[in-house]
Amino acid sequence: MGVINKQRNILDFTLSSLGRRKGKNLALVVVYTFVIFLLASVMFFAHSIKKEASLILQGAPEMTVQKLVAGRQDLIPTRYVDTIRRIRGVQSVAPRLWGYYLDALSGVNFTLMANADLKDRPGEIVIGNGVSWRSGTGKGKQSIRKNDIIPFKTYDGSVLTLKVKGILPFASELVTADLILVSEADFRKIFSIPNDLTTDLVLQVGNPRELSTIAAKIKQMHPDTRQILREEILRTYDAVFDWRGGLIIVVLSCVFFSFIILAWDKATGLSGDEKREIGILKAIGWETSDILLMKFWEGAALSLSAFFMGIFLAYLHIFLGSFILFEPALKGWSVLYPHFRLTPSINAYQIATLFFLTVIPYTVATIVPSWRSATIDPDAVMRM
Amino acid sequence: MLERKSDMFFVYLAVGAFLIGLMFLDAAISRQLDGESVRERREIVRVLKLTDLCLFTEARYTRHPSMADLNTPFQDHPMSLDHFPSGAIMGPPPHLKTQTQR
Repeated sequence: MGVINKQRNILDFTLSSLGRRKGKNLALVVVYTFVIFLLASVMFFAHSIKKEASLILQGAPEMTVQKLVAGRQDLIPTRYVDTIRRIRGVQSVAPRLWGYYLDALSGVNFTLMANADLKDRPGEIVIGNGVSWRSGTGKGKQSIRKNDIIPFKTYDGSVLTLKVKGILPFASELVTADLILVSEADFRKIFSIPNDLTTDLVLQVGNPRELSTIAAKIKQMHPDTRQILREEILRTYDAVFDWRGGLIIVVLSCVFFSFIILAWDKATGLSGDEKREIGILKAIGWETSDILLMKFWEGAALSLSAFFMGIFLAYLHIFLGSFILFEPALKGWSVLYPHFRLTPSINAYQIATLFFLTVIPYTVATIVPSWRSATIDPDAVMRM
Repeated sequence: MLERKSDMFFVYLAVGAFLIGLMFLDAAISRQLDGESVRERREIVRVLKLTDLCLFTEARYTRHPSMADLNTPFQDHPMSLDHFPSGAIMGPPPHLKTQTQR
């Protein structure tokens, strides 16, 4: 009990001491909370989007075959379907027709895709939820409804009007926001694509372990093609939101250096008031170990306050506030941006990483200069 | 009851730990509730043969990063800079670097 009481007495004194420098410490906690909030927001967002991608894209084609011309993707001849189908282990090969259509009126870049269900229904389209909103911003009134007519300017200069026969569910917006499904005939008409060419081919394979062997055979048979496996698609989203890449490393670096400055300020020395306080405490009989204990509690109180607040605010920001602070960076120049809610995905490893990256270094940085002051003669410290 | 400042501090820590616990609980419940919608999205991806998430619609190589090639971000000319903001957010897909090995 004696040990606990001693700790509580020191903590009481520490909190009173922090209260005497209320303005400075409050400002410190606010900045520290913001640093942890940003760090945790980036971590939660990246982890959740990776998790979402890994769950949803399990349904992606097992293998996609593209034709390359001078390093760029080109239309692939439909005759490749027959030769690839003959490879042992290939269950099915289906041509895909898809591309991008820039709507000059709204400035939105849509993804147009031929759909087998619309094969016998030329003139009809099914649109993604994002397409149905006025100017694609998702704000304001829904401008395109079922049975509305949308004009498409074809590549031969004429205008093709297509009727909206359905709108894809809002829940699928993360994958279909900008999607317009059309019949194959309409797709070829809009982009003037001859019947013997298609955008790419998707394969279904009997045994997933044979995928790389089949990919190698296709490469041997058609050296002008490249094969993208489903595992590679899944790894793409692991890599694009990896902490080492893109904007994430920029945000993390900023946060990391802000934290270094914060900790460095503490580690490089104490203010005159703090030194005087240590001198007085030593003069009235406090041991060096008591002073270090007091400084440990000071660092722990400040960093734990900021840690809990920062993490909780980050959770609210990402999973309830739809990552509003990151939205301008994610939108970029996109006119149409999907509105989706991420399923919360957090684990103890993330919380422990944040704890060891923030609370521990700050607490240690608080103790080090105090140890230097606490070991000097109290008289000398008070005269400083 | 909370006569000492240390009591208030421990209560604050307990509330903080409780909130973190709540976060985990909320995440677990949300995963359960969203299970059906995740299955629905996966089914749409399977039926429509989609390959990518619709995160950035401004450039084709960020709209469909897994289908892109190394040249598309520099589509204007070989020394051209990648000028779409989303290109700064996303790194290149790893299979572009290993493609030649197959």
